[in-house]
Amino acid sequence: MELYLDLVSPPCRAVYLFAEALKIPFEFKLVDLSAGQQYSEEFGKLSVVKKVPVLKDGSFVLTESTAILEYLVQKCSVADHWFPADLQQRARVNEYLSWQHLNLRSHCSKVFLLRTLYPFVMGSEVPKEKMDAAVEDMKQSLNLLEEKFLQNKPFIVGNKISLADLVAMVEIMQPLGTGVDGFQGRPKLMAWRDRVKKELGEKLFDKTHEAVLNSSGLQQKMQNNSELQKLKPLFIKYFR
Amino acid sequence: MAVELYLDLFSQPCRSVFMFAKKNNIPFEFKKVSLMDGEHYGDDFGKISIIRKVPALRDGDFCLSESIAIMVYLAEKFQTPDFWYPADLQQRARVNEYLSWQHTAIRMQGSKMFWLRLMIPKMIGMEVPKEKMDGALEDLNNSLNLIEEKFLQDRPFIVGDQMSLADLVAIVEIMQPLGAGLDVFDGRPKLSAWRDRVRTFIGEELFDEAHQNILGAQEGMKQIDPSKLELFKPKILRLFL
Repeated sequence: MELYLDLVSPPCRAVYLFAEALKIPFEFKLVDLSAGQQYSEEFGKLSVVKKVPVLKDGSFVLTESTAILEYLVQKCSVADHWFPADLQQRARVNEYLSWQHLNLRSHCSKVFLLRTLYPFVMGSEVPKEKMDAAVEDMKQSLNLLEEKFLQNKPFIVGNKISLADLVAMVEIMQPLGTGVDGFQGRPKLMAWRDRVKKELGEKLFDKTHEAVLNSSGLQQKMQNNSELQKLKPLFIKYFR
Repeated sequence: MAVELYLDLFSQPCRSVFMFAKKNNIPFEFKKVSLMDGEHYGDDFGKISIIRKVPALRDGDFCLSESIAIMVYLAEKFQTPDFWYPADLQQRARVNEYLSWQHTAIRMQGSKMFWLRLMIPKMIGMEVPKEKMDGALEDLNNSLNLIEEKFLQDRPFIVGDQMSLADLVAIVEIMQPLGAGLDVFDGRPKLSAWRDRVRTFIGEELFDEAHQNILGAQEGMKQIDPSKLELFKPKILRLFL
């Protein structure tokens, strides 16, 4: 089984962490986003959507991290708590996985992209108004994460970690390296983060997040990459 | 006690849930939440869903939001036919793949088009800048192209010979810009043929009933008091930042 990944991408980290933590055997195929490899002809043949992560299991090719995670759960018979069979508990996981696309994921990614990609693509600093709005949206999503999804439970569904916690965590980590700390002033989220890290393995978690936390390294890499320079027009759509 | 479904059929995900429940003869109580009247911000609805969005489900003590979670819950609880959410590993993965992709693609862009063409001009009394409109249309077309090229290809439905949740969730989003007078089916015979199949599979009467409000939106907007739309101002400003 092959997993096409770049650990700078949150959904890639979710898939990678899950496969590694559960010792699911796979071949890591790097698709270097800061070199624009997702736009290569070769990768386009694998996935016309041109995004990571992608799973290739024999001739079966699958995109979308939540679909990949559920596929791995179903295929590899993992412990029930990751994606509980119980009707209501599963509904809670599905509810989070659905909500997060246009909320926590979208808002955390926007902050990250504005800090990391905007200057590179647009050739100027992010307008303050735009940045403030993005940070405010992220704050609102974090509020909902705490008030509705976590509440006073150890994990989103209850006493045990599930796909929901994994998918949430990687998104909050995204803008951390750019100086926007979603955990700051939120002891409940910090405690939850520590629990999640422990369940996955702290070393594994930290190693997985190394690249994205090195924000200046990322920006350097992009500036130096001539292929990426040519692809600038493609990235403008993120900011319109 | 029957399941309660909190719905406003102007909302795409509400239409999916409505059609799913009706088509499968799932007994439910239709609880109208009028978005235009801001009922989703009321105290009563706040007790059902702190997220303050429709659709929402209440089954005894259990409250659930997010249309996909709701439909999968209903499918499991009421043991609906397998084709809606196939048990087969790869087929299910294909449904999940579409359901995941669509949030930030067709759902977001179809909604945006509806706001840019209909709601915002009504609110601010003038058309949206051409540049913004063109960008939105380009994004929408890219998504429609992907639906045809990747998700449908030469199959009758997204997963194969039978309809699934993927088609149900897709169709309601693609219908949304129609409500704002943009015919996304024009020049897309493959998509049009698929729409006809979906409408037949669901049942024309049910499909049309679900879409009555949205297709009457342009007319409805003519009579609406613009001050009613003040409620949506923050959301609109976001679209322009």
